[in-house]
Formats: sequence, structure tokens, C-alpha cells
Amino acid sequence: MLTFAIRRLVLSVPTLLFIALVIFLLLNLAPNDPMAQVPLTIPPEVKQKMREALGIGEALPLQFWKWLVAMFWTEPKVLIDWLTADSLLLGWLPDTALYQGELRVISWQTRSPVMDIVVQRLPQTLWVVGTAYLLAIVIAVPIGIYSAYRQYSWFDQAGTFVSMIGFSIPPFFSGVLVIVIFSVQLGWFPSIYDTTLQVTDWDSFLRQINQMILPVMVLTLQITAQLSRFMRASMLDNLGQDYVRTARAKGLGEPNVVLVHVLRNSMIPVVTVIALGVPNIFGGAIITEQVFKVNGIGQLLITAIEANDLPMVQTLTFVFAVLIVLFNLIADLAYGMLDPRIRYD
Amino acid sequence: MTARTLLLGATASIAMAASAQAERGSDGELRLLYWQAPSTLNPFLSGGRKDSEAAGLVLEPLARFDERGVLTPWLVDEIPTVENGGVREDLTQITWKLSPGVTWSDGTPLTSADVKFTYDYCTHPEGGCAHQTKFDGITSVEAPDAQTVVITFDAPTPNPHVAFVGLESPVLQAAQFADCLGATASTCTEANFNPIGTGPFVVDEFKPNDVIIYSANDRFRLEGKPHFGKVTLKGGGDAASAARAVMETGEFDYAWNQQLAPDIIKSMEASGKGRFISEFGPTVERLVLNHSNPDPSLGPDERSIIKPHPFLQDPAIYKAMSMAIDRPLLVEVGYGPAGKVTCNWVPAPEWHNSDTFDCDEQDLEGANKLLDDAGIVDTDGDGIREKDGVPLKVLYQTSTNAVRQDTQELVKMMWADIGIETELRNINASVYFGGDAGSPDTFQKFYADVQMYSNTFGGTDPQGYFGNGLCDKAPTPEKQWQGENISRYCNPEFDALFEELKTAVGNEARGAIGRRLNDMAIEDGMMIPLVHRGRVSAQSNTLEGVVMNAWDSELWNIHDWRRAD
Repeated sequence: MLTFAIRRLVLSVPTLLFIALVIFLLLNLAPNDPMAQVPLTIPPEVKQKMREALGIGEALPLQFWKWLVAMFWTEPKVLIDWLTADSLLLGWLPDTALYQGELRVISWQTRSPVMDIVVQRLPQTLWVVGTAYLLAIVIAVPIGIYSAYRQYSWFDQAGTFVSMIGFSIPPFFSGVLVIVIFSVQLGWFPSIYDTTLQVTDWDSFLRQINQMILPVMVLTLQITAQLSRFMRASMLDNLGQDYVRTARAKGLGEPNVVLVHVLRNSMIPVVTVIALGVPNIFGGAIITEQVFKVNGIGQLLITAIEANDLPMVQTLTFVFAVLIVLFNLIADLAYGMLDPRIRYD
Repeated sequence: MTARTLLLGATASIAMAASAQAERGSDGELRLLYWQAPSTLNPFLSGGRKDSEAAGLVLEPLARFDERGVLTPWLVDEIPTVENGGVREDLTQITWKLSPGVTWSDGTPLTSADVKFTYDYCTHPEGGCAHQTKFDGITSVEAPDAQTVVITFDAPTPNPHVAFVGLESPVLQAAQFADCLGATASTCTEANFNPIGTGPFVVDEFKPNDVIIYSANDRFRLEGKPHFGKVTLKGGGDAASAARAVMETGEFDYAWNQQLAPDIIKSMEASGKGRFISEFGPTVERLVLNHSNPDPSLGPDERSIIKPHPFLQDPAIYKAMSMAIDRPLLVEVGYGPAGKVTCNWVPAPEWHNSDTFDCDEQDLEGANKLLDDAGIVDTDGDGIREKDGVPLKVLYQTSTNAVRQDTQELVKMMWADIGIETELRNINASVYFGGDAGSPDTFQKFYADVQMYSNTFGGTDPQGYFGNGLCDKAPTPEKQWQGENISRYCNPEFDALFEELKTAVGNEARGAIGRRLNDMAIEDGMMIPLVHRGRVSAQSNTLEGVVMNAWDSELWNIHDWRRAD
């Protein structure tokens, strides 16, 4: 298992480098101009100088090399400095001062380091999308189990109906709908998320919950729909198997049969789906974040794309790629733990 | 100008007396919503208005434009003019006197060295300053003493009030930005995100592209102001949801730049929590007519370069095209309170707005008659007129944008009524305005007969903007397709008259020449102006003192904003 994990990790390095190169080329060869948003009152010569100040126009291999150095050499140094200086976990270590003012990955829009903004954006994305994800798992698994166990019952039909709604209504509609109902008409919840709110006491915690309800509601509906369908299908596959009949024949109670024997076997594909969905939490929910102005990673990505901020888009998509490769590996390892028949040695 | 300044000062002091009992910051929190979130608080590093306006709460220029476009002293006591001796007789030098006692929010005094530094900062060749044109023609900025700034120009400059005036030319603190000159500008994140200023507010927290928290500046020069103690400027989302937060839920007090469909504006106003306010600067949505031949069969060195166009320079044709357009309908469908009908290239400020043309009504009959009389008729019975055997078929391009596509459809139908066939095309805005010399789709290349976009100028003097009509400003391959004369219009009389504008002094004289330049360009078919576009914002009914301003920041007088009782 360990050798398997190490082998996969080592193999992922060339994969990720290749992904980085593809992203870089895609972004740089597509027509774009970070100065396109600048008003026409600014003359072309000035725009050209602004482009030069951003480092556009350098040879592509040089640009890629600079990005690689900044990403894999400078940024880790900044991270280690931060870990040893300010973090709770490793703050007791002596302060390192590895970062000496080398050029980091700089966003064209803000002229500030990309990773600093990413770190600033992560909390709200993790709060909102993460909560929605956890909540969706907690709701979807029991629904899936019961729907499969009582297939074609009214509960199953209702579950299917709600799932279809969750699948087919896009968040730019459901988001605005809940805003109109709960913010405009009823006035219960805010329609705009306050990213400056610090949770320090019970009151601020309640305010945080209050502002999270609408975006989490929209996201949970979506994710629940997807997961509960998977869970149901997987349960149905297993419920008809011979080992289930055997378990019942030897006199095991129904709860025991369903929740121990069938559930464990049915979880294998579902765990993969859940694990592969985790990178999406970090990736944020582009549309939902826009609608509620959560301004997390998803909103960061979309505004960077709109502004043709290539270093930002490049770095974000690369971080997503790393997470996807990583959670693929985790899903594979989880297989081995859940299913004794699968061994990687 | 001094009389006006005095008057303004008088009204200001009356207003101050009325609210003198109110303490600074007594009105609590002001919540602003910018659906395009500010990315930086250093306006010199970004051309975007959103960034300049957000920075404007902190950084201030020496003088600002008020809501009518009139210069108003800000960090100085009076506007230098030739009459008061502030501008040298030969128009090559201007001397600003800083108001005494102005301090930065860190307590240090504002001096002329800061002003000089700002000039050095923005004109540094490696800095990529977005507003360096504000300093064009300046040979030196001197600081003979702490309160005096002397700006010398390389030639007589009839409009010397450009540098350090208005939204895009504020003064930076020399002490804070001293190490940020040139290529190091982008490494000064701390300074770029938290500039120290003289304005009514200071930055407490800046999250790029998300939110800015300001608090009242304790050292602000006006007693008892600002009325609000805290400002939250939230960014993100879209215009419609921003309007909803002000007009329907009341979560925010002010939402910026509401370019919404007119029917949405109407339905939102019905909620009664807020209202839309608008003001008109010089922005004009126009149809630019190609004065060169965009025939695709021509080679890359001839297409849209060689003149003339097969038929668009015939006065009967372009005048008929203009007469056939129902401008009030375009405004009603696409712009609502954010648009007015205009026939002028420069419809504002007032002293530049020509009243020669009238285009308030569609005149299909007149347009058809004009074409018939000129002998441009449909000879082969296909419903399309021909001029010298060339059918009047035009390719009409613009950027991808819902309002622009609606306008295109309408104009196409109107032109069909006078026997002109129109093919429509829209191009992604970042390509269209991107200026990539390798792309065939930029508005500079103009590989079409007609194209539509809007343009404007900064400040209140359109000299540079009129310069966009000069013969030598046409984009060509030798210049990598750079150049502002998009239509390739060329008239030596226009160029000669423009030379006169360069030396004319005073709004009246400059306006007279400006109106003639405007009329000449329209008469010659350089463009067909369509809609005078304004700025629209939404404000809560609980807010008082908001004066919408299209010539400067919308937040220019935020220190006077207060909560209604």
C-alpha cells in the first residue's frame, strides 16, 4: 500500500508538469489582452507600457520558466516562513527567513501575490461550500439507502422528484429565487455575504449561520441530488445479490442486513464520488458565489478570467489540478481500505 | 471663476453651519455596493474607474470637477488662472498654492514635495502608470517652497488644469511610495492596498476584488465631516443584484453603475426603498463609418487603408442612414434613464454641445427622398439601392453585449426601410477592444463598413478627443494598427481648425471652436452619433447629500453624505 502510494505520488509529478504546460499554452495562445477592460480614454502607447510593466511580451518559454520558479521555489519558501512564524501548528519552531523578496506569482489585476489572495479567499469558500458538502452527504446517504430499500414507494418517488429538481434547476435561477423569497419578500436572511465577519462569540456565530443559510441551501440541494442518486443506485445493485439472501436466510435482522452488509459494499463507489468531489470544495462554486457575493475562490477565478489575469487563472487552475490528482489517489487508497479484495501490492 | 468659487465656498459654509452640531462619524455606517470590485487602491496602476473611485475616498487631487463640470478647488484655495496670476501670460506655466494646514491621515503635513513626487512616480518609464497622459507636455514640476507647486509646459497650454485635477490624478504621499518607483511599483502591495491620503476616510482593511472597510479620517480638514464613521465598499455579483440590494432589500445604501434594462429599472423603483439617479458626461454611443475600403479581396496592406469607401462618403447616403434611425426608440429599448438622444460627437460639457443638428425624430420619408434625388435607386429590383452599380450592403460590427445586439437589430430594420441591406456581426469585447495587431477583429482594423462602440474623454476639455479626427491618427500596419482615428476621416480644414483649438483660451472660445469641429466631423460623415450615455446609480432613500457627478468620482462629495432623519 505504501509503495503504491509513493509510486503514484512520484508519477504525478510529470503529470502535473504536463498539466501546467498545457494550461499555460492554452491561456497564452488564446487571444486575450489584460488591457481590454481599460477605458478607451487611455491611449495605446500607455497601454503598451502597462503591458510591458506586467511582463507581457517576453518569450513564452521564459514566462513559463519564471512561473515555475515562482510557484515551486519562491512560494514554498513563503509558506515555510509563514508556518514557522505565525501558524498555530508549527509556530514554536524557530522563525525561518527563506524568502528574500524574490519575485512571486503576481496578479495582473491587483499587482499583489496571487497566493496571498487565494489564502484570503479560502475561508469563505470552505465555510460555505464545505458546509454544503458535509450537509449534502449527511442528507443524501440516508435518502439513498431508504429510497433503494423501499424502491418505488412514495418516499422513493418524492426523492426522485426532488433530485430531478436539484439536478435540473441551475443555481443562477434557484439562487435568485431564494433571494427573492427569503430576502426581498420575507426579509429573513441577507442576500449578500459579509466576508469581513469574524466569528468571535455566540452572536457573531449566529450571524455567520444566518448569512450562510441561503447559499448553503442552494448548493446542498444540488449536491444532495447527485449523491443520493449514486447511493440509491449502488444500494439497488447490492440488495439483489446472493450474499444478501444468505444473510437473511441465516436469520439476521433487517437493520443488520441493510446497514452492515449491504451498506458497506454499496459505499465503495459512493466514497469515490465523494472523494473526487472534494477538490470542488476548494474550487468554490462559481455561480453560487457570484449570486450571493460570497467572493471565494470561484468568484476569484471568474473575475480573473474576465479581466484576462493570466497568472491568477494559471495558478488557480493548477492548484485545482493538484487537488484533483491528490484526491484521485486518496479515492484509490480508500478503495483498498473498504474492500479487502482490492490490494495494491 | 473666482466669483463662482466664492459662491461655492459660501454655499458650502452655509451647509456646514447647518450641520455644525453634528459630530464627525455620528451617522454610523455607510454601505456601498460596486458590482465590479476594486482590485487595487492605487489608481495609477489601474485604468479602471472602479479602482479610482474607491481610492478617491482616501487620495485626493488638487482640484475636482463638480456636477456641472466646473473646476472646484480641493487641496488648494483657488484655481490658478491667467487673471489671478496663477497661470503665466504665455500659458507655459501654472502655479498651484496648497491650502495651509492640510495633513495626511498619519499626521504629517501635505507639501508640494508630495505633488512633485507623484509626477515622478507616474512618469517613470518603467512604472506602467495608467494615467501618464495627464502629465503630457510637462517639462518639469518644481516645489520652490512647501506650499507651492510650479508646473512648466513645453509649449503654450491653454488648458493647464489636467495634471493633479480630477478623479484620475490624485496626490500620493511621497514618504509612503518613495521605494515604489518604476519596476518596483508592483512589489509595494502594502502601499498599493493601504494608501495614506488626505481624504475624508482611511483604509482599515482591503481585500482585493472583494471588500474595503474605511473609517473616518480623524485629521480630515473639514470640521464635523465626514458624517459617516465607517464605510463598507462591497464588490462582486452583477448590476441587477446590486440594484436589488439597494432598491428592494435595503441592505445597501448605494449601488454604483446600474446599466440595467429599462423595464427592470421601472419595476425596482416600485419598491419605494430607493431611487435611481443619473448624470451625463461626454460618453457617446456612435456608429463609426469607414472612410477606407474594407473589401476582403484587398490585400493586408490595402484593406481598410486605401480610400475611398465604395459608397459611404456620399453625403446623401450617410445623411439618409442617420435620418432613418429612430434614436428615441434606441434609448427606450436599451438605455432608459441612462441615455439621451444626441446628434453630436461631443454633447457635453455644455459649452461644447453644438445645436446645429436635429435628430430627435426618425424621418424615413426624407431619407428615401434624399437617396432618390441623389440618383441612388434600386435598379435591379432586389429591394437594395445601388450607387454606380454597387449595391448598398453594409457589414455592421460591434462588441458582444445584449444592449448593443438589440440596437443592431433595430438599426438593421430601419436601414432596410431605406433600401440598405445590413449584415450584423458581434465580437467578444476583449478581442474587439484588445488591440492585438495580429487579430483581424479589432475595432482599430475596422474590417467592416460600420461599427458601433462608445467613447469619451477624461476631464472637461476635449482637445485630445478632437485629435482623434486628425488625418495622421488613422491606424495603419506601419503603426501596428495603433491610432485613434478609427474612421480614417481626413479633412485638411478639420486639421487646420484643430490647430486653432490648441491655442484658444477660456471655455467660451474653446467651446466655439469645439462646436465647429464637431459640426464639421458630423457633416462630413465621420460618424453617426446615436445615444448620449450617462451614469446611473441607485441610492437608498435614507441617504442625503448625494450629488451625482459624471465628470469626477461619483463619491466626490462623500464627506457631505449623511443619513436622513
